[in-house]
Amino acid sequence: MIDISESVMQFLLALIVAGPLVGAVAALLPAPPGLKGKSPDQAVLRHGVLVTGVILLAAIVLALGFDHAHPSTMQATTDISWIHALGVRIHLGVDGISLPLLLLTALLSFLCALYSYFKQQHQRLTPRAAGPSPKAFVALLLVLESGTLATFAVLDLVLFFLAFETVLIPMYFLIARWGGEGRRAASWKFILYTLLGSVVMLLGLLLIGVKAGTFDMVALATDNGRGLTTSVQVIAVLAIGLGLAVKTPMWPLHSWLPDAHTAAPTVGSVLLAGVLLKMGTYGFVRIVLPIAPDGMRTFAPYLAAFAVAGIIYGSLACLALVRPGSKGDLKRLIAYSSVGHMGFVLLGIATMTPTGVNGALFANIAHGLITGLLFFLVGAVKDRYGTADLDTLAGATGAALYGRAPRLGALLAFAAVASLGLPGLAGFWGEMLALFGAFDPAEGLSRPAFLTFMAIGALGTLLTAAYLLLVVRRVCMGGPRPAGEAAIADVQGYEVAAWSPLVALTVLAGLWPAVLLGLTDPAVQRLLAGGKS
Amino acid sequence: MTSLVQSVDWLTIAPPTLTAVVAVGVLVADLFVPAARKQLLGWIAIGGLVAALALLVPLRAGDRSTFCLTPDTALRACSYTADHFTVVIQFLVLGGALVTALLSLADTREKLPAGEYWFLLLSSAAGAALLPAARDLATLVVALEVASLPAFALVGLRRGDRMSSEAALKFFLSSVTATAVTLLGVSFVYAATGTLHLTEVAQRLTEVPGQLEILAQAGVVLTLVGFAFKTAAVPFHFWVPDTYVGAPLPVAAYLSVVGKAVGFTGVILVTVVAFPSYADVWGPALAVLAALTMTVGNVAALRQVSTRAWSAVRLLAWSSVAQAGYLLVPIAAAAYSSDDQIGATVAYALMYAVVNLGAFAVVVLVARTHPQARISDFRGLYAERPAAALALGFFLLNLAGLPPGIIGLFAKVTVFSAAVDAGLGWLAVIMGVNVVIALYYYLRWTALLFQTPETAPGTAPEGEPRTARAGVPTPVTLAVSLTAVAGVVLSGYPQIALRFAANSLF
Repeated sequence: MIDISESVMQFLLALIVAGPLVGAVAALLPAPPGLKGKSPDQAVLRHGVLVTGVILLAAIVLALGFDHAHPSTMQATTDISWIHALGVRIHLGVDGISLPLLLLTALLSFLCALYSYFKQQHQRLTPRAAGPSPKAFVALLLVLESGTLATFAVLDLVLFFLAFETVLIPMYFLIARWGGEGRRAASWKFILYTLLGSVVMLLGLLLIGVKAGTFDMVALATDNGRGLTTSVQVIAVLAIGLGLAVKTPMWPLHSWLPDAHTAAPTVGSVLLAGVLLKMGTYGFVRIVLPIAPDGMRTFAPYLAAFAVAGIIYGSLACLALVRPGSKGDLKRLIAYSSVGHMGFVLLGIATMTPTGVNGALFANIAHGLITGLLFFLVGAVKDRYGTADLDTLAGATGAALYGRAPRLGALLAFAAVASLGLPGLAGFWGEMLALFGAFDPAEGLSRPAFLTFMAIGALGTLLTAAYLLLVVRRVCMGGPRPAGEAAIADVQGYEVAAWSPLVALTVLAGLWPAVLLGLTDPAVQRLLAGGKS
Repeated sequence: MTSLVQSVDWLTIAPPTLTAVVAVGVLVADLFVPAARKQLLGWIAIGGLVAALALLVPLRAGDRSTFCLTPDTALRACSYTADHFTVVIQFLVLGGALVTALLSLADTREKLPAGEYWFLLLSSAAGAALLPAARDLATLVVALEVASLPAFALVGLRRGDRMSSEAALKFFLSSVTATAVTLLGVSFVYAATGTLHLTEVAQRLTEVPGQLEILAQAGVVLTLVGFAFKTAAVPFHFWVPDTYVGAPLPVAAYLSVVGKAVGFTGVILVTVVAFPSYADVWGPALAVLAALTMTVGNVAALRQVSTRAWSAVRLLAWSSVAQAGYLLVPIAAAAYSSDDQIGATVAYALMYAVVNLGAFAVVVLVARTHPQARISDFRGLYAERPAAALALGFFLLNLAGLPPGIIGLFAKVTVFSAAVDAGLGWLAVIMGVNVVIALYYYLRWTALLFQTPETAPGTAPEGEPRTARAGVPTPVTLAVSLTAVAGVVLSGYPQIALRFAANSLF
């Protein structure tokens, strides 16, 4: 949109990847004079807001400078040799597929930092039990941001693995130290499960690198699997797919997710759902589809079958949790709903058609926005009530948020409706396109099978609507509350600041999907066509 | 007529020679230095090691050799070769000895007899530095013994300590058995081939007469068994934990890095240089050995109870057994593929040496105030000594192979890559599972460092001085910072260590 010279673009992308790391180191050092603030805690949280803000700004400028006429070409590329011995190069670049994800990550990280900062300010008035120092919190948050941004910006398989692994340690500590009940077990489950997945993925990546002689994603994608025999592709897709499927997560490898979400602090949940899960699906689109298409074709029906199983399973789990008397935790419920939503993304990818993959990428972004918002809201509810247990919240008739905190209730209803895929909001297009892609899958894939998957997936959207409306029914509506119950605060100013961008973008993406599809579609066409376009 | 007298290139053999000369010098000087100034001996030893390291600089081209047979055969056979492999391993060994020396300076003032200690340490280092250069079986065995014999004494040096003597005896008996087996194997190989030079052995093993074939095979197997003992590969690992616990801490650090390097160098030289024609025998054997070693080491490390006395050292001991398993993988892979895989082992060993010495250095630091060295003693280290805690966390994550331990991650990637390249998929999968198991105990320890101390700061009276806060000797600080800086630099430029993985070292 605006003309920015290539070297500035390169610098911006490098800053986006490396800036948070530098910020993380700076967060551990004592604050310089003049920036000490009211207290060390306040100063370091403000530092976090500052760094993530700068990164968000850089990402926005990068998006503005991005040549929207050619979203399928890699832009702002840097390519320098790093480890000659392994053939690893620091190869960075963005195209229409990675740019929206970069923006989403930068935005969610900034909102999380902002939310933590103001929450700490707010809580100083009402002191609670002292938690661990926010210094480490900010440092871990920034390392996490750097790892996720790097995942979306690198174009080298080994670097991709490095970035993929970078998020593990910060997320482990975020859950283990700032989490709620059951955090120890949940954090261990998270890290051991995902590490096992990513080690298997590494084997697949190495197999491709060894057989093709390069780790460069662009070169490999241009080659479109011609340099690899079908058997190598099948093994590589199996290994890489397993690793990515754990991260996504795909049913039945999802079992780490509900525990991690339930135990994680609000900010951790938002980032986990909003950004970390996208790393798995992004890997499918960026690595598996273009580099090993033959292998992918072998596994696509299975992937689609597991995906629709996940859709149904996630919805049924949510329906079970939302029933009165089942002691369902709202955070756990949203975690299971993520399994369902990611099922749509995987179904879209498995169709191997431009329509389906575009739908998957759209659903990715929509899920990041909507589920991020949902976790923020549920975190706010949990802060106010001290619990996210549906039965405790709802009591006999319902929590009646509409009456007690009308704006919070309205926001929750909005997010729930967006999540179930109401036309006009972001959740709709991705799922619609994914199902549409399944209606007419790529050549070589069994059409009857995919038609069945489509039908099952469509049933899943109904189930999704059912449980989300039940959640609204139990949390937002309800009879008059018993007298003498303490009043709860409605949405605070800082919460509006942190949440309104998500609401606005959800509406924007719902009403004007072309803003996203215009970016992703040319890039997807090119990836599927193997560099020709 | 050509002269039968071999010429000696003194510069080539300078690093081990200088170390040995300084060792003898320290022993003699010990007689004349008054008791109050024994520290001087330590500084002489450190100076000697630094000088020996400096002498490696002119050898970096890696093209010198000496003690060569006079050229009456077509094949050039030398007993001492300073190629790239030799120089890198010598650098590792001497650098490891240097860090050990820094760690033990304080101990020699208080607990250990200075003169003997420095003599033994330097002698062992000289042997270890000679070993990678050895290119005939006799020199190999002699170097192995020069490296090992002083180590027995070092382990048992804590006078009047029952555990120390027991550890030394265990170490001695298992090691002597290993040497005896190796010697038997070497003699069989000599009988079958009629030569001791590794390159000639390699050539003549292919043309062993029929009736001697069994003898040659037995010789190959027995030689390998002997070296497997030294590397502490399962099932020859049982001496490791007790020996490490009984030994003075710096000596345990030395054994875990230099002792291991000695074993590996021996295995590499014997398998890749001397017995390439028997690759179909030792390849699968080493692969199975690697899988067993990493699994047993990791499972045992997993079972360490953090409140038991010496659990920190025990955990590092078992983890070193597990790491030995990873080190064996590329050697096994070398049997399956024509590419030179040994470089992955060398790169991994460099990474392992830096971070393991670093981890031991922090344990030495903590053991000054918590002599029991339990893992639970590390709880809340970050509140007390932030720099040491961050360093230890970094070292442990490197051993686990996760960012921010980038060099640890890439070292693992090279090893995985070697396995995948050689088609050893099953071994790579077993190693992957092991990496996950290992993460659990490394990360558990790391997480402990950053937890709040058991005595919450709020309950302790402000005016009371913290009991745990004691001065740290400068050399220990130096050792921690040296290894930490090396680790960070390697993480930024992994190429420094990994370039050995790319090209042929011999």
